[in-house]
Amino acid sequence: MARIIVVTSGKGGVGKTTSSAAIASGLALAGHKTAVIDFDIGLRNLDLILGCERRVVYDFVNVLNGEASLQQALIKDKRSENLFILPASQTRDKDALTMEGVQQVLSELDQLGFEFVICDSPAGIEHGAMMALYFADEAIITTNPEVSSVRDSDRILGILDAKSKRAEKGLEPVKQHLLITRYNPSRVDAGEMLSVDDILEILNIPLLGVIPESQSVLNASNKGVPVVFEEQADAGQAYQDAVARLVGEDKPMRYVKAEKKSLLKRIFGG
Amino acid sequence: MSLLDFFRTTKPSTASAAKERLQIIVAERRQQGEALPAYLPQLKKDILEVLAKYVNADPNMVKISLEHSDDNLSVLELNVTLPDDDESA
Ligand SMILES: Nc1ncnc2c1ncn2[C@@H]1O[C@H](COP(=O)(O)OP(=O)(O)OP(=O)(O)O)[C@@H](O)[C@H]1O
Ligand SMILES: [Mg+2]
Repeated sequence: MARIIVVTSGKGGVGKTTSSAAIASGLALAGHKTAVIDFDIGLRNLDLILGCERRVVYDFVNVLNGEASLQQALIKDKRSENLFILPASQTRDKDALTMEGVQQVLSELDQLGFEFVICDSPAGIEHGAMMALYFADEAIITTNPEVSSVRDSDRILGILDAKSKRAEKGLEPVKQHLLITRYNPSRVDAGEMLSVDDILEILNIPLLGVIPESQSVLNASNKGVPVVFEEQADAGQAYQDAVARLVGEDKPMRYVKAEKKSLLKRIFGG
Repeated sequence: MSLLDFFRTTKPSTASAAKERLQIIVAERRQQGEALPAYLPQLKKDILEVLAKYVNADPNMVKISLEHSDDNLSVLELNVTLPDDDESA
């Protein structure tokens, strides 16, 4: 059975799409057949982050409306033969996302032999976000070290526990993973930012990874190459570690401590 | 970090204020139990039906609550108020 994993957060702009693209690519690079679905109907962006925006012909809504087959709409990634992208529609409204339609697409992906299906959720707790999380087996709760993001993550945890298919059917609960993104260790040291331990203590769910705030994320999105491909970059390596943990490997956390600065740098800033 | 910061020994930590505030609202949210299982209303109905076989059952007799006291521990509390003897069937 395919592992259906939603990347969600409640709050907008915390790094869901960046993380969906990086994690899906990382899984594919590790040899797992992976599909990544953009549930952000009307605000398609995943295609841009994955650099396949010019190859979109059909989209998720076309498939749901029976205007294209799933195979026609899936875009094969140009970097990894194990990765396929189902883009969101740019124009039509999100009412096209029906429970039956989404279920049908997910079960077809399962039949096609996908090991992982990553669902990039839109922000908020409206219909699109609910559809993205409803069928999930696991959830990656993307959280920035900042009050409103942490609170929204807690809200989403409540929704996963109450409104997901697993909750409604009384099945084993959705497995929760915490992914902290845009982390800045030196601001944590300065007492200006919640630490990894603080967030873990508040939310109390298992930690999948900590992604540092990094210029490399912006560079990667400029190029349309997911940041896991930036092998020398801190954020790229942190996503690789998170992917390894997702498939059961044990990896120490990197980039959670501030780099030691020289005395001169500390005095004169920088 | 600026020259001034470097020599200032005690920095006020806004992060700890954030942590405290979040712990309170998260605890509140989790207590409210947005996560009440969907089966609770049905459970209550079934219990009432069984009770109705033996006593005059009235929906207010049964109170059910679920508390998460810990991560791995939930307590289902069931409170049944039985009517006075002379009212029983
Ligand atoms: N680790 C990081 N370091 C620096 N910038 C980051 C990092 N992660 C994400 N960003 C930036 O944050 C912005 C929002 O990221 P992204 O689009 O992935 O968020 P999102 O949660 O998908 O947003 P939305 O809720 O709108 O769908 C982007 O500009 C992205 O480049
Ligand atoms: Mg997004």
